[in-house]
Amino acid sequence: MKIKSLKARNNSLSQTEKQLEILASGIFKDGSLPTFKKKVASNKLPPIRPKKLEILQINVGYMCNQVCAHCHVDAGPDRKEIMTHRTMEQILKVIKNIKIKTVDLTGGAPEMHPRFRWFVEELRKTNVEEIIVRSNLTIILANKKYNDLPTFFGKHKIHVISSLPFYKREKTDRQRGDGVFETSIKALQMLNKVGYGILDKNLQLDLVYNPSGAFLPGDQSVLEVDFKKALLEDFNIKFNNLFTITNLPISRFLDYLIASENYEEYMYTLVDAFNPSAVKNLMCTNTLSVNWEGFLFDCDFNQMLNLKVDVTTKHISEFNEGKLNNRYILLSQHCYGCTAGAGSSCQGSIT
Amino acid sequence: MKKSYYQPEDLKKFSSIAEWNEILGSKFFDYYNTVFDEGSLSKREKLLIALAVSHVVQCPYCIDAYTKDNLQIGIPKEDMMEAVHVGAAIKAGAALVHGVQMMNRHDQLSM
Repeated sequence: MKIKSLKARNNSLSQTEKQLEILASGIFKDGSLPTFKKKVASNKLPPIRPKKLEILQINVGYMCNQVCAHCHVDAGPDRKEIMTHRTMEQILKVIKNIKIKTVDLTGGAPEMHPRFRWFVEELRKTNVEEIIVRSNLTIILANKKYNDLPTFFGKHKIHVISSLPFYKREKTDRQRGDGVFETSIKALQMLNKVGYGILDKNLQLDLVYNPSGAFLPGDQSVLEVDFKKALLEDFNIKFNNLFTITNLPISRFLDYLIASENYEEYMYTLVDAFNPSAVKNLMCTNTLSVNWEGFLFDCDFNQMLNLKVDVTTKHISEFNEGKLNNRYILLSQHCYGCTAGAGSSCQGSIT
Repeated sequence: MKKSYYQPEDLKKFSSIAEWNEILGSKFFDYYNTVFDEGSLSKREKLLIALAVSHVVQCPYCIDAYTKDNLQIGIPKEDMMEAVHVGAAIKAGAALVHGVQMMNRHDQLSM
């Protein structure tokens, strides 16, 4: 059965206030577990503040051809929020004025944005060193007009990062929808064909593994070996790195945790696995996230909780690097997801 | 009062057994954790053995814990079930090999 977004289902969790309320109540209110802020302080760690800004992660909109069960964006075909041309121009203006190493394009499926290719071409004219596109893979085969995406990516030396929850069909399809595994495999083969994932070609293809359920990811390097072996033997597919990402308890994954009665156990698991050495490398310390409306957030997860940056100039059109560098990062209990075990970020583990 | 000998939430309290005997408790947990360090056997092998043994000793806490650990390390469910069958086969074998004792006893007592 095709699922719909929380928003289309009028699920109360589509209200970010409701999610924040859940994350602040129950086991965190009655003291069974410490809040994230308290946990950081009790480990004698300083408050979490930004370091040098390196990555601008841009969410161009929530529309997607897939409806993944764990999606923290609550993306799907029924979501219509997309970035305007004007906001894209405001972003380009900022990027031309400050030093940004990496632009990380995400969504939804960013390729579905009507101005996607134009935006990539304009970004390539700037001094940005690296452009990442977070591709769900199936988009490449979703419609004829997307079939040439691998060539387009290659032409602009795009660093492609794609989700593939497991190297077996069943787990992938259960998380991302029926048939997703097979289409993803075809798309990976198409990317390999234009030179992606093959070391000497300089076209980087990384995969993202996130657990298909209420458990933490295993060791990134061990899983990478398993993925590489299985994908090569079964499908002759090559890729560069595997990133393990922990599912954060927000949006559709939070809905799943509550509905499956896994919420409390999952939060205990995250808190038990708190790793103080992950705190200094949290992605919110070198990344800013921009939403489809042009507002700024400490990370993609805070974006989905509508926690805008804690400065007076919250919009890309009023970008103030000085103020932003001096801000405090907004925290809630979802942050435990990034400090569990080996730590987690959009670039995989962080310790 | 809950009418069950086993409470899933008790697993989280496992470490509290050291409160009533810290010396023995901490010796046990040190040993336990060291056993699961990567050695000649890989982490993966140890977790599959642990899962199989959990079934053989029929410990619900162990089954909860090691199913999750197996999932986390990325062991496919088919591998988990294969490991459980190894444990079950040994357990069945252990019962059946006593059949030899039964046969011996039978023949000893029979004319």
